[in-house]
Amino acid sequence: MSSSSYSSSDSLALQSASAFEPAHRTGQTQGLSRPSLSYWKDAWLRLKKNKQALLSLWIIVGLVAFSLLGPWIWSADPSEQVLSRISEGPTLSSSVTVLPPLPEYQEVIREDIPAYPEDPSVFNPAQLPAPQNLRIITAPSPEGVQLQWEPVAGADGYTIYRGSFVPSSGQLGIPIGDVDAGNKVSYFDQFDIKMGTVHYAVVPKLSGEESQEFASIEVTIPRAMTLVEAQLLRPDVQPGQSLPQVAHPLGTDYLGRDLLARIIAGARVSLFIGFIAPLLSVAIGIVIGGIAGFFGGRTDAILMRVTDFVLALPFLLFMILFKVVLGGGPGENGIIPMLIAMIALSWTGPARLTRGQILQLRESEFVQASKLLGAKPLYLIFRHLLPNTLGVILVSLTFAIPSAIFTEAFLSFIGMGVVPPTPSWGSLCNDGIQTFLTHPHEFIFPALIISITVLAFNLLGDGLRDALDPKMRSLS
Amino acid sequence: MKAFDLHTLIIWENTMLTYILKRLAAGALTVFFIASVTFGAMHIVPGDPLMGNKATNAEIRANLARKYGLDLPVHQQYLRYMGNMMKGDFGISFTQQNRSVNDIIVSHFPISASLGVLAVIFATIGGILFGSLAAVFRGRATDRTVMLLVILGISVPSFVFAALLQFGMTELNQWFGSEVLPIGGWGTPLHMLMPALVLGLGTMAFLTRLKRSSLLEIVNQDYIRTAKAKGLSPLHIFFSHQLRNSVLPVITYLGPSIAAITTGGFVVESVFAIPGLGRYFVQAVQQLDYTVIMGLTVFYGAFLVFMVIVVDIVYGLIDPRISLTKGKSS
Repeated sequence: MSSSSYSSSDSLALQSASAFEPAHRTGQTQGLSRPSLSYWKDAWLRLKKNKQALLSLWIIVGLVAFSLLGPWIWSADPSEQVLSRISEGPTLSSSVTVLPPLPEYQEVIREDIPAYPEDPSVFNPAQLPAPQNLRIITAPSPEGVQLQWEPVAGADGYTIYRGSFVPSSGQLGIPIGDVDAGNKVSYFDQFDIKMGTVHYAVVPKLSGEESQEFASIEVTIPRAMTLVEAQLLRPDVQPGQSLPQVAHPLGTDYLGRDLLARIIAGARVSLFIGFIAPLLSVAIGIVIGGIAGFFGGRTDAILMRVTDFVLALPFLLFMILFKVVLGGGPGENGIIPMLIAMIALSWTGPARLTRGQILQLRESEFVQASKLLGAKPLYLIFRHLLPNTLGVILVSLTFAIPSAIFTEAFLSFIGMGVVPPTPSWGSLCNDGIQTFLTHPHEFIFPALIISITVLAFNLLGDGLRDALDPKMRSLS
Repeated sequence: MKAFDLHTLIIWENTMLTYILKRLAAGALTVFFIASVTFGAMHIVPGDPLMGNKATNAEIRANLARKYGLDLPVHQQYLRYMGNMMKGDFGISFTQQNRSVNDIIVSHFPISASLGVLAVIFATIGGILFGSLAAVFRGRATDRTVMLLVILGISVPSFVFAALLQFGMTELNQWFGSEVLPIGGWGTPLHMLMPALVLGLGTMAFLTRLKRSSLLEIVNQDYIRTAKAKGLSPLHIFFSHQLRNSVLPVITYLGPSIAAITTGGFVVESVFAIPGLGRYFVQAVQQLDYTVIMGLTVFYGAFLVFMVIVVDIVYGLIDPRISLTKGKSS
């Protein structure tokens, strides 16, 4: 209808009936120039622009696939212990040389020198010189290492130390044996020798007191197998041949278990806890917060008091306490107690969030309008209230997952989470840190994967928050 | 005019006092609740504290039960436990004969506390420093580096930092041939540096982020524009206007950060072999030492609850804009 009809000077009586007929729409007067975008589509488009968040999303998808499909791709048994291959470093292909049997050990006794000094009081035990020319007399092998050195005048014996580091005064390693005469100048170490570098130190001693001086030697023990061991695998094997072996891409742990297989198995545990605990606590939180916010009044008051009290419990302290309470008997893996404790303590955050959102939405015009049109409570909740809360809740869920993974790792690391031998990333770190100084890979790999996972979730959370709620956009 | 000021001061003092009293009462209620939950939880633990090799026969068992008050009905045990706790008596350890929980707290808490205080200092100074740096050089390489470090600080567990730092220090000590910093143990102030740094790192990352965003919000405020218009030097504006006003959110976060640092002590103390209360708590849990677990949980709980109250009160005292009594639900 045009405005001119009002200002026309025609009298009402002259107006024909046709003037009251609805006008016909001629052509498109109003419309959207672009296809309409739903809230979620819009959020997805924003997220796609955020490279960090998108990369994180792919990393997370990859991790989930890694934990689900991993056992089919890498079929090593995470619990199989191979005691001959303890704490091996990462290798992509592995073979082992078959060593000839060691020659018979002959103790070297220097007849030209007295076994004990005739007058011990002449010598100061602490100042005995270091033995000269410390050497190994047979090729180093895991079967044994034979040491020999020049005698020290005034010594009535020697102590042999072995360690993983270059020996220094006071830190020679572990005493593995001693020789009880000054003229016996050899030692045969057969005690549990592993592949890698070892350091031997020989200290002269007199009347049971050791000298300050010592001689040391670095010995590299090759990856090798004795003929006897090899013949068990293949009877026709010859010394000097090399046998192929199962490779461990990430090495093995202190019991010779394949670390990659353990990290995959650990991923299942850690990610299971990391996803399920936040999901369930968010679900419980939505229900409780939703009821409190929607019904208000006394229900709200009671529920929020309960929430306040649970919130007042120090989280990690009570996680540990509840773990003790729920922590079942022997043979249980401790995953379920941890899950229950985590859910029981962490539903409060989502509950408060949901309540706040619902309180806000309940008073908003579109909900009032819907009510006015006769919407029933259930329709209101599922059609208007929950979908509009979902964005905020999704963001809080994304941040709850890394903190759940963190909590699991923290508890398992101090030995209060998942019970060994069940692997989880936290308990792998706990195992690994024991041998961190000698075999860093056992700690580095699980630690790395925890960090990458948590990093990815945090970045994705940041991205989601920016995408879903432009108001809350961080100033970055 | 003067009389009016005095009047408002009295009112302010009164409301402040009421507020503090209210908060303390709520805090006491929370501690009571924590103690009750702890008591309840420890009594549903499967098995009983006298299991194992201690109670070899019925007589010894009865004697032990009498000693620890386990022969009484549960409600009487509860009353006794709460009564003793009111008097500040947490009972006697189950595993260490004749050692009271109070004694354990008195001898080990100061160690954890000094470590925690140093960690809070590290975290606050580092957070304010790096946050300011990032905000001042917003969008430039400094900012990006700091933010990368922040996201790493949030995403890498503290035990990883602890292990890496320890490893690095071992190498450094070997390289120098003498001990630059001890890699573990307790005794000298030098022993505190590395653990406190690790303990404070996570909090430092959070505070850096907080400080940066609160500084960036302030940059566009009118009073900053006024200060610029007055011709004040950027340094002067930064130190006397921006820094002070943006430090408030950092203080609010101190409450939660004290909780994080306290529980973080569990890991750091065991990695660095520090005889603090956190390590003791972990040990007590592993040995199922009931009285120690209960006592330390309540002690830690009370400590955290009151630290949050103290931080809130301090916050109210330094920021006159915050009304403690209005607009805040307790």
